[in-house]
Amino acid sequence: MNYEAVIGLEIHSELKTNTKIFCGCATSFGAEQNTHVCPVCLGLPGVLPVVNKRVVEFAIKAGLATNCTINNYSKFDRKNYYYPDLPKNFQTSQYDLPIAEHGYVDIEVDGKTKRIRLTRIHMEEDAGKLVHSGTTIKDSATSNVDYNRTGVPLLEIVSEPDMSSAAEARTYMEKVKSILEYIDVSNCRMEQGNLRADLNVSLRPVGTTELGTRTEMKNINSFKALEDAISYEIERQTEVLEDGGHIVQETRTWDPARGITLSMRSKEEAHDYRYMPEPDLPPIVTTPEQIERYRQELPELPDARQARLTGQYGLSAYDAAVITASRQLAEYFDAVIVDGADPKLAANWIMGDLAKNLNAEGKTIEDSPVEAKRLGAMILLISKGTISSKIAKKVFEEMWKSPDDPEKIVKDKGLVQITDTKAIEAIVDAVIAANPKPVADYQGGNKKAIGALVGQVMKQSKGKANPAMVNQLLAARLEQ
Amino acid sequence: MKVSKKDMENVAVLSRLSIPEAEAAQYTSQLDAFLAYVENLKSVPTDSVKPTTYALPVQNVFREDVVKPSLEREAALANAPLREDGYFKVPRILEE
Amino acid sequence: MKLYDQPAHVLHDMLVNKEITATELTQAVLARMDAVEDEVGAYLTQTRDTALQQAAQTDAKIARGEAIAFLEGIPGALKDNICTKGVKTTCASKILEHFVPPYNAAVVEKLQAANPVLLGKTNMDEFAMGGSTENSAYHPTHNPWNTECVPGGSSGGSAAAVAAGMAIWALGSDTGGSIRQPASFCGVVGMKPTYGRVSRYGLVAYASSLDQIGPLTRDVTDCAHLLNVIAGHDAMDSTSSAAAVPDYTKALVQDVKGLKIGLPKEYFVKGMDADVEKAIRTAIEQFRVLGAEIIDISLPHTEYAISTYYLIAPAEAATNLERYDGVSYGERIDGVDIMEMMTNTRTQKFGAEVKRRIMIGNYALSAGYYDAYYLKALKVRTLIQQDYAKAFETVDVIVAPTAPTPAFKIGSMISDPLQMYLQDVCTVPLNLAGLPGISVPCGYSNQHMPIGLQIIGKPLAEETLLRTAYTYEQSQSFHKEMAVLGGKQA
Ligand SMILES: [Mg+2]
Ligand SMILES: [Zn+2]
Repeated sequence: MNYEAVIGLEIHSELKTNTKIFCGCATSFGAEQNTHVCPVCLGLPGVLPVVNKRVVEFAIKAGLATNCTINNYSKFDRKNYYYPDLPKNFQTSQYDLPIAEHGYVDIEVDGKTKRIRLTRIHMEEDAGKLVHSGTTIKDSATSNVDYNRTGVPLLEIVSEPDMSSAAEARTYMEKVKSILEYIDVSNCRMEQGNLRADLNVSLRPVGTTELGTRTEMKNINSFKALEDAISYEIERQTEVLEDGGHIVQETRTWDPARGITLSMRSKEEAHDYRYMPEPDLPPIVTTPEQIERYRQELPELPDARQARLTGQYGLSAYDAAVITASRQLAEYFDAVIVDGADPKLAANWIMGDLAKNLNAEGKTIEDSPVEAKRLGAMILLISKGTISSKIAKKVFEEMWKSPDDPEKIVKDKGLVQITDTKAIEAIVDAVIAANPKPVADYQGGNKKAIGALVGQVMKQSKGKANPAMVNQLLAARLEQ
Repeated sequence: MKVSKKDMENVAVLSRLSIPEAEAAQYTSQLDAFLAYVENLKSVPTDSVKPTTYALPVQNVFREDVVKPSLEREAALANAPLREDGYFKVPRILEE
Repeated sequence: MKLYDQPAHVLHDMLVNKEITATELTQAVLARMDAVEDEVGAYLTQTRDTALQQAAQTDAKIARGEAIAFLEGIPGALKDNICTKGVKTTCASKILEHFVPPYNAAVVEKLQAANPVLLGKTNMDEFAMGGSTENSAYHPTHNPWNTECVPGGSSGGSAAAVAAGMAIWALGSDTGGSIRQPASFCGVVGMKPTYGRVSRYGLVAYASSLDQIGPLTRDVTDCAHLLNVIAGHDAMDSTSSAAAVPDYTKALVQDVKGLKIGLPKEYFVKGMDADVEKAIRTAIEQFRVLGAEIIDISLPHTEYAISTYYLIAPAEAATNLERYDGVSYGERIDGVDIMEMMTNTRTQKFGAEVKRRIMIGNYALSAGYYDAYYLKALKVRTLIQQDYAKAFETVDVIVAPTAPTPAFKIGSMISDPLQMYLQDVCTVPLNLAGLPGISVPCGYSNQHMPIGLQIIGKPLAEETLLRTAYTYEQSQSFHKEMAVLGGKQA
C-alpha cells in the first residue's frame, strides 16, 4: 500500500520585546542564571500578572500577516501541569479565545504553490531552563533551574495538518520565520531557541481522508532537525504499518546525534490540563478600526515583495524567492538597486560572490563588509562599461577588504577597461602576428579558433580590454 | 455514592496529593457529599446565560514594554529549599 | 481609660494634642498582648521591636512639631496572607512556615507611607480557607467574648486582635465573608470593599476573582479612615479599579432619610438563629425610625450561592496553590524524583481543608466535569449578579444578617465541612457579584455574643455603606462595648 504523510506544526516564536509578557524583567539573552527574575515571574505567593502591551500588538500583527481573523474578544487561560521549569505549575496561555484564528500562508515546493492553513495564533509565556548534572535529563541525579526565560513572551502558531512531506514542512516553517522577520516581531534565532517547533506526523493510505494515529515530537530547533525527524518518522511509521503493526499515539523525541526518534515512555495517564480562564487578567477587546490601523502599519510581506521582484524587475521566480526569504536580504537588494544598478545583475552578485564570501566567513547580510551602496556603484560601473564582469570580481574582492569606493579601487589599481580602438588594435595585430596557427585555422573555416586569439589579447591587456571590442576587432582583421 | 475511591484517587493525583489509605474513605465520602450538595445547580436553567469569570467588567489593561529592575539573585534564591551555583536545585526529573 | 480600648480616631487626636505618645500607646497595646494573647492566640508573628521603633519615629515627628497622618503611631496588624518584605508570611500554613517575602504587598506600601505601628501578622484559616480560624496549621484563635468560641474566619486573628485590644485596627481579606463574618462574631466593624477597590498585589491568592482586602476596626469612623489609606488603583493589579478614590471620611454623616433599604427575604433562611433574626429585625426597625424606607426585595438565586461559590473558589484555589511544590520556595519534603518530592511536600504540608478544596477544585475543572460543575457555576454566578443589579434598580442598599448564627463553639463544626460551608450563605453572594459589604455590631445573643448587621451596596458605593453604617452606629452604643477577657483585664 502507498501511504501519504500528514504533518502539522506548532511553531513557538519568542517575541523581541524589551520585557517579559507579564512583568518588567528584561528578556535579553545570555544573562547570568536567575538574574532576570522578579516576584512575578518567580510565581511568588501574592503576585499578579500585567500584560505587556507590545506582546498584544505583535500578536495582532502576526495574525494579520498570516491572513488570520483577529478575535475582537480574546482572553488568557491557565494551562495546568506540574513541571519544575514552570514556577506556578500552570502556564498562562490562551485556550478557547486566542488572539487570531483561521489564517493561511502559501508555500512553493517544486514549482507548485500550496496553501497551508493556520488554525490559530495565541500568546503565552515561555518556561524556564533546566540544567542537568548528567548528559541527559533522565540520567541526572539532580537538575538545576534558571528562571530567566520564564515569562518571555511566545507566540504559538498552530497549523492544520496540511503538509505532506519534510520539504513542505521545512518550507512552511521558513515562510513563517520570514514573515515574523518582516513584521519585526521576533529575532527568529533558532540557535537561541527563539523559534522552535512541535510537530505531529501520521500516515494514511493515499486517496483516503481519515487521519491516522499521530506521533508528536517537541522542541525541534533547526530546519535540518525538522526535515530529518519527519523523514525518519515517515519511514518508521511506514515500516510499522507495512509489517501489519499499528502506530502508538505518543510523544517521541528526536535524537540528532543518532538520527532517530525515540519513544519518551511518558506515563500512560493522559495530560488533563484543566484549562480555566485566567481571573487575574481582564479580556482583550479590539475594534475593527484598531485592527485596520495595524493592517495599515504592516510592511510589504514576502509574497508581495516576491511579486514585485519578478513583475517589476524581471527576476526569475527562484531568484526572487531566495532574495525575499529574508527581510534583511530583500532590503539589501532594494538598497543595491536604488541608485540605478541593474536588478538582474544585482541579484546575480548578491546570490553569487556576495553569498559565497558571507558563507565563507560565517557572516550575515547585516554585517557584510560590502555595503549595498558600494555594490550598487560597482554594478553601475559594469553597465557603463567602465569595467568588465571579470574585472568586477577583482574590484569586489578589493571592496571586501577595504572601505574604498569601487571608482577609487578601479582607478588606483588601474583596472579601467581599455575601450580605445587604437590601443586594442595594436595588441590584436601583435597577437595575430605571433599566432599563425589559430589564424590559419580560422581563415581555413574553423571559426572557433578565434577563442584562443581573444584569450591572448585579454591576457596581454591584463584583462582590461573590452571583450566585445576585442572580438569585433579581431574578426575584422582576420576577415581582411 | 456517586464518587468512587478511584475517582477520589484520580483527582488526588491531579492535585499532586497522596491520600493515605486510612483517610481515603473519609475524603471520598466528603467529596461525594459535596457533589451531592451542588447538584442543586442542575435545576437552574442556564442555556442562554453567559458565564462570568470576572467579578466586575474590566478590559484591556496593559503595561508599557519598559524594563524594571529585577530582584537581586540572592533575594530571588533566599527562600529556596536547595540551591547550587545560583540555581534552584531539584531532584531527578523522570517524566517530561 | 484604657488606651487599647480606644478607636484610632480618638487616639489620633490624643497624639496630636500630646496627651499621649505613640510609644505609650504602643506599650499599652503590647502590654495588653502580654496579658491576653495566651488566651486569644490572635498572632502568628509579632514585630515588637520594629513596632516600638516606628512609635519612636512618630513621637520624634510630633516633637518636631510636624503634622502626622491619621494612622501615624497607631498600632495595627496584618492578616498573615498579606506579603511583608522581610517579615514571615505563612498564610497559617506549614508549607510557608519559613517563607519571608522579598517584596511588600501594595497595601503594605500604602500603609507604610502613612507610618503606622505594625505589631505583626495575625492568625487565619490556612490559605483563608475556613470560617473559624480553626484551620490554622499553628493554633486556633479564640473569640475574646468567650474563649470557648471561634472568632470566625478566615480573618479571625485580625478580628480577635481588634476586639481584644491587641490591635487598634487590622487588615483582613474576604473571599466569601472572611472579613465580615469574623467582624460579626467579634463585635467589630469589618468591610469588604468592591472587588478591585483595593489592590490584591501581594495578597496571597485563594480565589482570585473573589479575594479582596479590607479593614477591621473598632468603629465605622476608623473604617473610613483606613479605607482612605488602602483604596486606589494599582498598576500591578490588572483587576484593580481605575475609579478615583473619594475621601471616605466625608461619608461619615448621620443621615439615612429617604434612603431605600432593601430587605431580601432569601437572607432570612431556615436555621437562622432566633437571636440573630431578632437583632437584625430590631436594627431594621431602627433604620425606619431614622427615616429610611424599608422595601422587601427578592434575590431569587441566593439559594444557589453556596454551591456556586464552593465550585468557583476551590477551582481557582486549585490552580493558585499549584505553586506550592517545594521547588523554589516554601517547605520541601524529599522524594526519589521531582514528582514524588512535589507530592510529598503538598501531602505533608497542606492541612485537610486545603486538600479538600484543592481536590474539589480539580474535580470541577477536570476533563468531563468542567461543563457540569465549573462552567455551570460561572453561569449561575451571572444570574446572582443580575439579581443584585435588578434589586439595585429600586433600592440604595441591601441589609441582611452577616452570619446566620453568633460565634459557635470551637470544634463544634470541624467534623462536618459542608455544615461549615453553609455558614457563608449571607456573605458569599457579594463576592460572587463583586459588591461591597460592611458588617457593624447590632446586638448580642442571649449568651452575650456579638451579632453583626450586613449592609450591601452597589459597586464602588462604599460611601453609601459608610454613611448608612455610621448613622446606625451613632444611634446606639454596641460599638463602644469591648470584650471582657477571663478576668485578666488590666
Ligand atoms: Mg504552547
Ligand atoms: Zn519578572
